Amino acid sequence: MNTPAHDYQLSQLDLLEAEAIYIMREVVAEFERPVLLFSGGKDSIVMLKLAEKAFYPARIPFAVMHVDTGHNFDEVLALRDQRVAELKVQLIVASVQEAIDAGTVHEPKDGTRNRIQTPVLLDALDKHRFTAIFGGARRDEDKARAKERIFSFRDEFGQWDPKNQRPELWNLYNGRIHTGESIRVFPLSNWTELDIWHYIKREEIELPSIYYAHEREVFDRDGMLFAVHEMKQPKPDEEVFTAMVRYRTVGDASLTAAVRSEADTVDLVIDEVASTRVTERGATRGDDKFSEAAMEDRKREGYF
Amino acid sequence: MMDILRFATAGSVDDGKSTLIGRLLYDTKTVFQDQIDAVEKVSHDRGDDYVDLALLTDGLRAEREQGITIDVAYRYFATPNRKFIIADTPGHIQYTRNMVTGASTADLALVLVDARKGLVEQSRRHAFLASLLQVPHLVLVVNKMDLVDYSQEVYENIREEFTQFAAKLRLPDLTVMPVSALKGDNVVTRSENMPWYDGPSLLHHLENVHVASDRNLIDVRFPVQYVIRPQSDEWHDYRGYAGQVLGGILKKGDEVMVLPSGYTSKILSVETADGEVDEAYPPMSVTVRLEDEIDVSRGDMICRPNNQPNVAQDLDAMICWMDESAPMRLGGKYSIKHTTRTARTIVKGLQYRLDVNTLHRDEEANELSLNEIGRVRLRTTVPLMADDYSRNRNTGGFVLVDEATNRTVAAGMITEAS
Repeated sequence: MNTPAHDYQLSQLDLLEAEAIYIMREVVAEFERPVLLFSGGKDSIVMLKLAEKAFYPARIPFAVMHVDTGHNFDEVLALRDQRVAELKVQLIVASVQEAIDAGTVHEPKDGTRNRIQTPVLLDALDKHRFTAIFGGARRDEDKARAKERIFSFRDEFGQWDPKNQRPELWNLYNGRIHTGESIRVFPLSNWTELDIWHYIKREEIELPSIYYAHEREVFDRDGMLFAVHEMKQPKPDEEVFTAMVRYRTVGDASLTAAVRSEADTVDLVIDEVASTRVTERGATRGDDKFSEAAMEDRKREGYF
Repeated sequence: MMDILRFATAGSVDDGKSTLIGRLLYDTKTVFQDQIDAVEKVSHDRGDDYVDLALLTDGLRAEREQGITIDVAYRYFATPNRKFIIADTPGHIQYTRNMVTGASTADLALVLVDARKGLVEQSRRHAFLASLLQVPHLVLVVNKMDLVDYSQEVYENIREEFTQFAAKLRLPDLTVMPVSALKGDNVVTRSENMPWYDGPSLLHHLENVHVASDRNLIDVRFPVQYVIRPQSDEWHDYRGYAGQVLGGILKKGDEVMVLPSGYTSKILSVETADGEVDEAYPPMSVTVRLEDEIDVSRGDMICRPNNQPNVAQDLDAMICWMDESAPMRLGGKYSIKHTTRTARTIVKGLQYRLDVNTLHRDEEANELSLNEIGRVRLRTTVPLMADDYSRNRNTGGFVLVDEATNRTVAAGMITEAS
């Protein structure tokens, strides 16, 4: 705690941290098979840090899982593996490529794999019989997320029904499920992008370097800057140029765009996030631009 | 230091609630350009004459299509000294459960009325629910003052009528203010159109209302959530009781009692992953270690020997029924979740059903349907360590869960435990 105790007031980061730790302990106390979704992105890194704190000095009492689209940034995978080794947690990789090779999902014509992540995720949850799945989603990310519960009930198909959500009162979370059903748990629900960055600073959390400004070869598509990547090649009329950029979110490398930025330290990123006028998903995620209800539709299918 | 204020808003689209929230988000620069672009595009496509700020807050497709809000939505904004979490709840009677949900964690409730219409049934209901859930601060926003020519007389009449009604409720801190959300009067800055009003703007009030003293720092209440036992060579004998402080202040050396067993011990240390802390207080998540090896597990309550909650199997409580699939029946059995303890319970009696609009008590009622509120007597299979809800919202509140459907069917507030 970084707060002077004399007035018995907690800072916003202390309050958010206390809430997230409480949620994680609740899940471990009440569920037999929790798992934490861990991609190496900043929100999941923060979530893993909170899990480390919640059970200290014991080890984190659950495995972590990465739904791997195969379109990765090397820096992100490296940090994923580093954290897993440091914390001695089990890493389960649910591979979209393997599912494509096995014929259980089909590669979309445009080569983007966001949509086929969902069946791969659901299969992996099923195979390992996970009953509670921690996700790093935040309510400030999207209008559909704003109505998500902290304990989000999913039926045996992993589907979210916005009209059939359980009321959540005080700090009481109802985790009762039947066989085959599951609960998605969102300990970062009440955090904003800025809270995440302030916490990264306070806790001195290491992030993949691509979150900070660096030079990169990019091209402009529909107003978004994409890195040249084996899965994301410019069209003939799209000019490739070098720019100072950073990533605000890190997802599938073929879908996630960079933003122009000079912010190469955590303090500069905080300044940038505090003054920016575009949401992180709006700026960088091709997958959410398709329609006004894109996120709502994907969540109904079982996406996070 | 930046802290957090959680507030719940209640009202219908007609009261201008969405516009007010849109205004707060917009004027505190919380709304992003791509969100405004999206809203402008939808407004334009629909042929609206103006940009509908309500679209910023209506999230789900069904809501946009039907022009209604069907669920609690959480929104965030911040000023330099405070972060705000809004539980935005729809106002109609069929959504009482949503308002109850939003109010359960709120430090402050915002109730909106339309200055042209004055108090309506819905405004009284919202104020009543805020008092039932013991939200510590209530603000009555008299909105649309621009449509009554900023009339002081109109405002004073509404204020007077509401103050009289509020005297019947338990509302520890009531503030009334004249506002125009559409024009921005008294939302972020004081309005020049109402020189007769000498109070603060709404945002100024939200930024400065004192909430730290609303927590109970007297009665030590620490429900054990999880027992940490590392099972490693380095931490061989370590045994820590993890949980969130729900009341009082815990310190190393304090004499404590564990309920329901009644064993006593002393606090060896209060810890977090960052080391020992001098004091733990609500709502910190900490780990408590005791000097003695006594049997303590999830669901037990650590308190002080001279300040104990009731260890009770018979509870009198106000409950709000939240399930549309079946009403609460006398003799019905449910799972009850209270602090970190889960038990079974049977409904022994329904003293009365309360009409939330007139506050009339119907003592003939024998069931409660969706959104109905009543006073019940419950008997539990094992003792709960409970306080009156008026003393501590977190040790006095509980939920009922249907054991067959697993749905959360009711929220309860303990009025007496024995």
